Amino acid sequence: MRSIVLTKGVPDFSEGAVSFDDEGHLERGKTPTVMNPNDHFALEAALQTRVRHGGHVSGMSMGPPSYSSVLEEAMDYIYSDDSYLLSDRALAASDTWATAITLSAAIEKYQEEVADVDVLFAGFKTADGETGHTGPQTAWCLEWPIVTHVVALDIDPEARQLRAKRLVEGDVDEIETVEAPLPCVVIPDPEFSPTYRKASHRLEHKRLRAATQERAADHEAYLTTWDHEDMRLDPEYIGLDGSPTIVSSVDPIPKAPSERDATMVDPTDDAQMTPVLEELQPFAAGD
Amino acid sequence: MPTSDGEYEHYEALVVGCGPGGAAAAARLADHGIETLVLERGTAAGSKNVSGGLIYAEDSAPYTIDDLFPNFREAAAERPVTEYEIHNIAGNKVKTFDLTDLHEHDTDWCDAVLRRHMDSWLEGRVHELTSETGGGVLTDVRVNGLLRENGEIVGVTCDELDPITADLIVAADGVNSELARDAGLMDWEEPDEWFQGVKAVVEMDPDVINDRFDLEPDEGVAHLFSGDLFEDVRGGGFLYTNEDTLSIGTVFHLDSLVAEQAEPHQLLDALLTHPLLSQWLGDDYRELEYGAKLVPDSKKVAHREPYRDRLVLVGDAAGQMQAQGPIIKGMNHAVTAGALAADAYMLTRGNADPESPGRRYTTMLEQSGTMGKLRPRRYELSSTVGEHGLVTRVSEGVLNSPVGSVAVGNPIAKRLLAKAYNSPFLVGMLPDTETGYTTLPTIIGEQHGRTVHWENEVEPPSLEERIGDLTYDTDVGNPHIRLQDNSYEASGAAVYACPVSAEDFGGGCYRSETVKTNGSEETLVSLDTQPCVECGTCAIVADTEWEHPRGGKGVEFRQG
Repeated sequence: MRSIVLTKGVPDFSEGAVSFDDEGHLERGKTPTVMNPNDHFALEAALQTRVRHGGHVSGMSMGPPSYSSVLEEAMDYIYSDDSYLLSDRALAASDTWATAITLSAAIEKYQEEVADVDVLFAGFKTADGETGHTGPQTAWCLEWPIVTHVVALDIDPEARQLRAKRLVEGDVDEIETVEAPLPCVVIPDPEFSPTYRKASHRLEHKRLRAATQERAADHEAYLTTWDHEDMRLDPEYIGLDGSPTIVSSVDPIPKAPSERDATMVDPTDDAQMTPVLEELQPFAAGD
Repeated sequence: MPTSDGEYEHYEALVVGCGPGGAAAAARLADHGIETLVLERGTAAGSKNVSGGLIYAEDSAPYTIDDLFPNFREAAAERPVTEYEIHNIAGNKVKTFDLTDLHEHDTDWCDAVLRRHMDSWLEGRVHELTSETGGGVLTDVRVNGLLRENGEIVGVTCDELDPITADLIVAADGVNSELARDAGLMDWEEPDEWFQGVKAVVEMDPDVINDRFDLEPDEGVAHLFSGDLFEDVRGGGFLYTNEDTLSIGTVFHLDSLVAEQAEPHQLLDALLTHPLLSQWLGDDYRELEYGAKLVPDSKKVAHREPYRDRLVLVGDAAGQMQAQGPIIKGMNHAVTAGALAADAYMLTRGNADPESPGRRYTTMLEQSGTMGKLRPRRYELSSTVGEHGLVTRVSEGVLNSPVGSVAVGNPIAKRLLAKAYNSPFLVGMLPDTETGYTTLPTIIGEQHGRTVHWENEVEPPSLEERIGDLTYDTDVGNPHIRLQDNSYEASGAAVYACPVSAEDFGGGCYRSETVKTNGSEETLVSLDTQPCVECGTCAIVADTEWEHPRGGKGVEFRQG
């Protein structure tokens, strides 16, 4: 089995890491880049496939040269065998459409020059754009089937078929089982969790772990960078020129107002504590 | 890659538990080229293990741990024991005997160890060896029972994995072996078949250790303690020097703990705060870890035929823990047993009878002299008389009388006593009564001892602090122990005998509370498994349904 995992660097929106200016706009320069959190589920699904069926996993990302750190993280996390970075000034400011064109061109080049791909994994949506378009659009460009919101995945390599459990409408209330032929695009849901119920799978997982740690420490040696010429892409169809999306305006996210008021009470002061106890009494002793 | 046996995954050999017994079995199986899978429930080998801390290499043993794992002593052990003393205590009077001769009898070497470090190191070596023959070590996997086909044991079931079949199953899953019980080979019934040990690992700079114990950097000491330090509870204490810590603990007969309603942590504190220990502990006591363990008494429970179908038991799972007087040997016997079980399988490989490895293993335990050490014949002959209540009462009466005390206390006796203590033959006969543990040492202390006037400034942590310092990954909503009968009569003993519970302490596993219903009053026992150290005491002294937590869950010892 050969798979590619698409991953992307996003601003680290976690508390303490993210930086906004006075008008509430993201300060990109001051906010560190991390792997898109939803991509972890794609990585887990790729790792499960690799552990169960063997083969090869490549990490792929489009972005500035600094995104190689995200691919390195992917190697460390899913034990990917090598990394492909699509990086070129001509690709800057791509919207999801231009990105999908670029990614599909890269995957076609990969198939011509490296090997045929069985499964393409991608995250459900990015933490910065939140569109969820890039995966489906890439599948459309490749003319491959796509299965989204996958929570469990089984692959039959001999039948060239996959069977997936997926959330209907992205909701855990309804789960359907679908089958699709390979090659296929798989978008795991944040509810996806890998299962390793066989000792041989866990031993393989452990073996890969050891091999990967060595590899990730020397990531540069496993990184291939392609620009638009490598992918034979016309600059008019990529980057800003190839992006039909127009951002009309950006609204800062308003800060959530505090919903509750806190009153400080000195626990040693009877006069202050009495009303508190009276208020709590109905809830005591299970009444 | 393992072959698939019908619907189940199959390995030729399966070892449950990666302590010294499991590690020895797996290493030897791999030596024989046998595909071997090792399943360990801890998050790393050693994270579920506590031991007093001495591992022996006996001259007479067919296998020692450094035979199987070269470089073991340098990489995995702490200090060697180069000096061995026992202190008989009566109040503040202490009489010390040098037991180095006894200690060195049949001993090639003996090192102090800390189990987390030791077992993790073994796990790494075992994984390397077993990987070469198509297997390996998996941690965080709890084997929860035996898989049977037509009534015959063919494999194991696990919490985390689908069932696995094997031609040989080695249960090296410790004193609370769920496999040994599932097979009906061991039980959890009688408190007098068990000891309970508690231990504190105490931080100390290596230079301070060398200075306070008068040691060179490559030397170490073992101190044993007996006498009236623990009132009438039968047992004793120990102190071993590690590289940069001390292991200090107490070991008691479980039936005696129950009978005396003693709190194990308080007995440990009695040792830690005795004036004799102040010279070593100083005023900067810092406890790193509090742990506890149940210890099988091999004289009573070492299984003479530790196998059923293709399952063999090694180490604590088979009751292979030799505790007789001051001699405490467990890990070395587990290593021997594990290696012999592997050899027995190799010698009978291909035999159609699934029990042939077990039978061969039993014979090898006998012929190697291992079973003779675990179940000494001298003990069996003398204990039938010696442990009889009347004999104990009479000998206690004589020793406590002026004539008896003088006899033990006269100057000639002093020389003879040192000799007697150092005689493996006589020590092997010591009956397990109060006479050997308390009365005799107390009289020796009183008659021959010198008074110790040192001020002990150690303030041991409270039980609450000790529990607070331990690391837990609690399996919330899935308690591994269930109380079957919550009456005080059935399960009240757990409130004091459990090492992480105490009367009038609400933060432990077991608590007693008085409940008033319809005018009558009764005392009930309740259980919260969160602070559990998985020693198994309550499985014996209370009415419980006892299992281990799932793989990787529960307590995680960092020292062990």
